[in-house]
Amino acid sequence: MKNIFVKTSIAVVFASVFFGSCRPKDTADAVSGDAAQKVYVAPGKYDEFYNFVSGGFSGQMSVYALPSARLLRVVPIFSVDPQSGYGYSEESKPMLNTSHGFVPWDDQHHLDMSQTNGEVDGRWIFANANNTPRIARVDLKTFKTVEIIELPNSAGNHSSPFITENTEYVVAGTRFSVPPDNSNGDVPINTYKENFKGYLSFVKVGKEGQMDIAFQIETPGVNWDLSHAGKGKSHGWFFFSCYNTEQANTLLEVNASQKDKDFIMAVNWKKAEEYIKAGKGKKIAAKYVHNTWDEKTHSAKSEMRNEVLVLDSKALKDICYMIPCPKSPHGCDVDPTGEFIVGSGKLAALIPVFSFDKMVKAIANKQFDGNYDGIPVIKYEAALHGEVKKPGLGPLHTEFDGRGNAYTTFFVSSEVVKWDIKTLKILDRHPTYYSPGHLMIPGGDSRKPFGKYMVVYNKITKDRYLPTGPELAQSAQLFDISGDKMKLLLDYPTIGEPHYAQAAPADLIRNNGQLKFYKIEENHNPFVTKGEKEAKVVRKGNRIDVYMTSIRSHFASDNIEGIKVGDEVYFHVTNLEQDWDVPHGFAIKGADNAELLIMPGETATLKWLPKKVGIYPFYCTDFCSALHQEMQGYVRVSPVGSTVPLTFSLGTNMPAK
Amino acid sequence: MYKLTFFVVAFLMLTSCGDKTKTTDDFSKDTAAPTDGSATSTTDAATYDPNRGIGKHTSVDLGAKLDVAMAAEGEKIQSVKCSSCHKLTDEKLVGPGWKGVTTRQKPEWIMNFITNPDPMIDKDPELQAQLELCLVRMPNQALSDTDARNLLEFMRKNDGVK
Repeated sequence: MKNIFVKTSIAVVFASVFFGSCRPKDTADAVSGDAAQKVYVAPGKYDEFYNFVSGGFSGQMSVYALPSARLLRVVPIFSVDPQSGYGYSEESKPMLNTSHGFVPWDDQHHLDMSQTNGEVDGRWIFANANNTPRIARVDLKTFKTVEIIELPNSAGNHSSPFITENTEYVVAGTRFSVPPDNSNGDVPINTYKENFKGYLSFVKVGKEGQMDIAFQIETPGVNWDLSHAGKGKSHGWFFFSCYNTEQANTLLEVNASQKDKDFIMAVNWKKAEEYIKAGKGKKIAAKYVHNTWDEKTHSAKSEMRNEVLVLDSKALKDICYMIPCPKSPHGCDVDPTGEFIVGSGKLAALIPVFSFDKMVKAIANKQFDGNYDGIPVIKYEAALHGEVKKPGLGPLHTEFDGRGNAYTTFFVSSEVVKWDIKTLKILDRHPTYYSPGHLMIPGGDSRKPFGKYMVVYNKITKDRYLPTGPELAQSAQLFDISGDKMKLLLDYPTIGEPHYAQAAPADLIRNNGQLKFYKIEENHNPFVTKGEKEAKVVRKGNRIDVYMTSIRSHFASDNIEGIKVGDEVYFHVTNLEQDWDVPHGFAIKGADNAELLIMPGETATLKWLPKKVGIYPFYCTDFCSALHQEMQGYVRVSPVGSTVPLTFSLGTNMPAK
Repeated sequence: MYKLTFFVVAFLMLTSCGDKTKTTDDFSKDTAAPTDGSATSTTDAATYDPNRGIGKHTSVDLGAKLDVAMAAEGEKIQSVKCSSCHKLTDEKLVGPGWKGVTTRQKPEWIMNFITNPDPMIDKDPELQAQLELCLVRMPNQALSDTDARNLLEFMRKNDGVK
């Protein structure tokens, strides 16, 4: 027994020596010896985390698994997706409708997962559209975009879609202040100070996730940049960073960098709710759409809304307070306790950390330094917990590990820096390749981070991978942060330009009731075909509705005649399969459209406008069985005025002569 | 004893770089209850019962006469979930025709096969032979036990049971 103890002690000493030797000596490129082992997930095994990554200018969201960095899926949200038919099928088109009509693309920056009691809960993930301001909700049972709400009075919805700790609200903000929608927008651009306004939107999230704009706060015209909700003790408050408090309307690069400090605005949304109850809100006319996806009809609908409730930040006291923050702040991050608010000035060489308790005290004691366009400005020192001195150049974003540490990315000095939130001491720094934007720790903006891994999303890739011409994929870097020092484990390319990301333990998502197929009995699509007996082709004027089924491996019907040039043909394809992972595709020659990819039990519709006489083959695009290559059919298109009768059949060959 | 020391040292070396929390295995497939029967069959060829097949149906009580109501329900399901591939005659479409199936196969075998096709196709000699002819594995059409029983009744009707 004693012998075992001695030997174990020797082992521990040995281990300590090895631990020391694992530290990279040259941080420029050293990857410790066991990095490969830490990211290796054997074939057939699952990863530890789902990682949801914003797609930036791709408009979509990619889903990776960590630590292997295997790409699981790309979920279409704000851009059309020809591979799934999203935005091309008749059923999905309304999802991309806006007050400007059908918009096929957007710039998707940030994601925030739903939370319960400040912990990620794996129900939904919210996504912002920056260009044509919208918020989307993706259901994590189906990995499908199920709702999109447009934001009136807004432009450049950047400080979004951050949520409160029980998912009471998801917020949005105006990065490009503009004249409100119901005002005359035909004004000279240089009347910015007078006519342009910033709006912050608070979108209520219902029990089933349904979104509804509860209220907007009208603020002076500035650039609202990022935000995060208070949590724990600061629940009830929201913090928004802003720049361009100079209110410049041209050459912002110079003109919006004049002031030494801009602001983080603290918004007391519980107070705002009281004002609304007291009838202090004003309903103003505004046109914006609300799009919802119905999983029973497999269809989206788009509804126009006509008014929105607005609160005035100037007139209504005690809702909004400005906290001065150095040098055009960007990231605005709240630590897991809710006490510390970290502002990251893009041009600063320090990180200010504000204290919620001190802020509340400063407000009570009226420690103000005047006001900004009617909004009280709290004295910088009165709200300040302290500054992280000489952390690096160009701080952008901060995440937390739940052990009292913060991690901040530095764009200019291209590094990630670990520091202690309370003492503000720098604990470690690691170069990144190159120039990081956002970073992500699973649950890292919640009350309960899972501080094992950190992913840093870099803006510049250069020489990290084999070259692919002028355009390179953006790079992500995975770190092990479970020890004292950050350890680089893996580099990997990404889809679009990732901005913010989220992650959750794999079990939380995969055990949330993942849908495997749609029950055919519950398919209420108005054009469903429940069984081949119901397959038919119906003409009404020049509109042709093809009620079609697909199953391994044929379509019913697969011979259709009597279609004429100038007809409007709708293929309503119902996938009769009732098993996991058996989608069927549908494509027809010459269609100025995409394909359909139809999940088991689902119905989807492709519109086709035949323009020339001839025979048009259609086929299944998703390899479905050994006889997949046989899964095809023909449509005969005759000239205008033809007398070829409308017929449809399956399995009927020409009679023998 | 030396062996033990070696293992302890090796273990600490592997974990000495700060990985103190869970390993990837904690979220591996092994920890989850199987969600379907497809890949989890433990039956091997030696224990396979070709009369019963693989599945939860061990004995099915058939009435002496046809249950007309059940057969009618079964016919509805057949038209949505089965008719794409099976004719009611003995003619092959994608899969074999249904005529005579209830006289060729035991009711337990039919119930198990239509509710649990994948493991049975992997094991059953007759189904393996059939697969060589049809080349399409019969899909799992997510039939409930009631659906399956009603379908069986419809198959009996199709085979002339009154």
